Amino acid sequence: MIGTVTTRPTVWKAYSVWANRHRKWLLAAPAMIFVGLLIAVPLAWTGYLSLTDSQGSVRAESRFVGIANYLQVFGDTERFWPAVLRTFTFTGGAVATEMVLGMGIALLLWRPFKGEKWVRVAILLPLVATPVAVGMMWRLIFDPNIGFANQFLSWFGIPAQPWLSGQTTALPTLIFVDVWQWTPMVVLILLAGLTALSEEPDEAARVDGANAWQRFRFVTLPLLRSTVIVAIVLRGIDALKTFDILYSTKGKGGGSFHEVETLNVYAFGLSFDYNDYGISSTVLILFFLLIIVIMWMVTHRRKGEES
Amino acid sequence: MTAATVTAHPVAERKTPRRRRKSRSYPIFRVLVLTTTVLLFIAPLMWMLVASFKTNVDIYDSSKTFFFTPTMDNYSNVLGRNNYFDFIFNSFWVALWSTVFSLILGVPAAYAMSRFSMDRSAMVVLMARIIPGVSLLVPWYFIFANMRLVGGFAVLILSHMFVALPLIVYIMMSFFDSLPTELEDAAQVDGLTPIGAFLRISLPLSVPGLATAGILSFIFSWNNFMFALVLAGANTKTLPVAIFNFVSYASIDWGGLMSASVVVTVPIMVIALFTQKYIVAGLTAGATKG
Repeated sequence: MIGTVTTRPTVWKAYSVWANRHRKWLLAAPAMIFVGLLIAVPLAWTGYLSLTDSQGSVRAESRFVGIANYLQVFGDTERFWPAVLRTFTFTGGAVATEMVLGMGIALLLWRPFKGEKWVRVAILLPLVATPVAVGMMWRLIFDPNIGFANQFLSWFGIPAQPWLSGQTTALPTLIFVDVWQWTPMVVLILLAGLTALSEEPDEAARVDGANAWQRFRFVTLPLLRSTVIVAIVLRGIDALKTFDILYSTKGKGGGSFHEVETLNVYAFGLSFDYNDYGISSTVLILFFLLIIVIMWMVTHRRKGEES
Repeated sequence: MTAATVTAHPVAERKTPRRRRKSRSYPIFRVLVLTTTVLLFIAPLMWMLVASFKTNVDIYDSSKTFFFTPTMDNYSNVLGRNNYFDFIFNSFWVALWSTVFSLILGVPAAYAMSRFSMDRSAMVVLMARIIPGVSLLVPWYFIFANMRLVGGFAVLILSHMFVALPLIVYIMMSFFDSLPTELEDAAQVDGLTPIGAFLRISLPLSVPGLATAGILSFIFSWNNFMFALVLAGANTKTLPVAIFNFVSYASIDWGGLMSASVVVTVPIMVIALFTQKYIVAGLTAGATKG
């Protein structure tokens, strides 16, 4: 009896002292091990697969082919390079539009007014809507025959557009859908940045006779720069990886002419529609490197400018 | 009395010149632009809602765009025939457990990373947010298929945790960064161990942060499409996948599709309306610091 009473607390105490001394890693380790196992191992495997001709079944035998896949992908002007171009077009077009519109709306919401609450609710709804449902919703609205978009245009005498089913109009239409869903996110981020700004520099510029545009361009925008960069980085990462609205509106291969096939859609199709694991891993490794390089450039440039 | 007038005076004075300089058309301009903006964001959702109450014949009839006889048939068809209650449960179950497990793993990690400025370790976790999901799906599929786990809830929960964990670590790190250390220090002076101070002082104080991280992680998991598309089986299919499968038939049942879309978005929008403050806090976490 006495033994257990005295030893238990000592063991517990020794453990407690040890745990508290190593608490830094004890608290952080589980999450890091989880992420490490789920990222590092799969990524290494993808790297290995990209050097083999694995395809067909999960358990099928595969041969080591060296960099043959990479040479094949780099020489692929039919699917790979157009997909790279579409990824940049989609990301650039969507993020640029979202930043401009988001900044405009954020500036309009900056100073409090009556009914502000309702505007905030309204812009939150697209943001939380399930992307697949959003894709289906726009698919109906943009349907060339029964959609509201063409009906709306006909009221003004504008001829019907093919929207999502057109070879050249599909990607711009999907950029529009992305802008509809994610501009609110940019508004919220920029608004948080604007609200944190002190009013004094703006007031000082006003007293000095600067007009609204000058105050925005030379006072507010420079003060808001780090917030703007955060918004661009967050939106950029997600836009590069956009999958849900593309796949739910155009299906496999980004449509019959691959008109909205970005790198992510291409890689997904190779993996799970065609089971061509070797080539798909190659595309994925290149896509991953591309994202890393872009992110490194954005954050590196930021550090360079600040010092 | 004097103090009150002194503080009140400059504020009142500051407002007068601004009002004089501002053009009179600005308030009208602002109301017009904001009303249009709100309409543009809301109208498509309303369209989805309206179409979900129309018969397919009415959807194809442009004279019935605004005036039609509402019907509940789409909802009773979708909910009755297509096991939609199972899909709703699957989505809920996966979102719930991936959120709970991510909080258990992520919150202590975020605390340590914030208090010890473990920026490099934080980068490792945040890498999960940068990596395209497809590049992990192929190996996951290989591994889990060999373990005969594909199609079960465990794989779905694990894959959704991969989305939820970086989000939670990111939000909670910026929350702990803004939580003053004085209370923890005082608690340690009073005899609590550092871990005790975390569990008994900091954790109860971070309930708003936990709510923010938890709600957002639930929403992201609920909305996730790609992981479930590959890893879910017939019995574990989540709502977004169920909606996607709607259109693989020859002709699209638009009314059914829209009511299914309403079923997946409405719960999340109701949650969002009631927890607006937390969602905004979570989405803008880390936006205002350098």
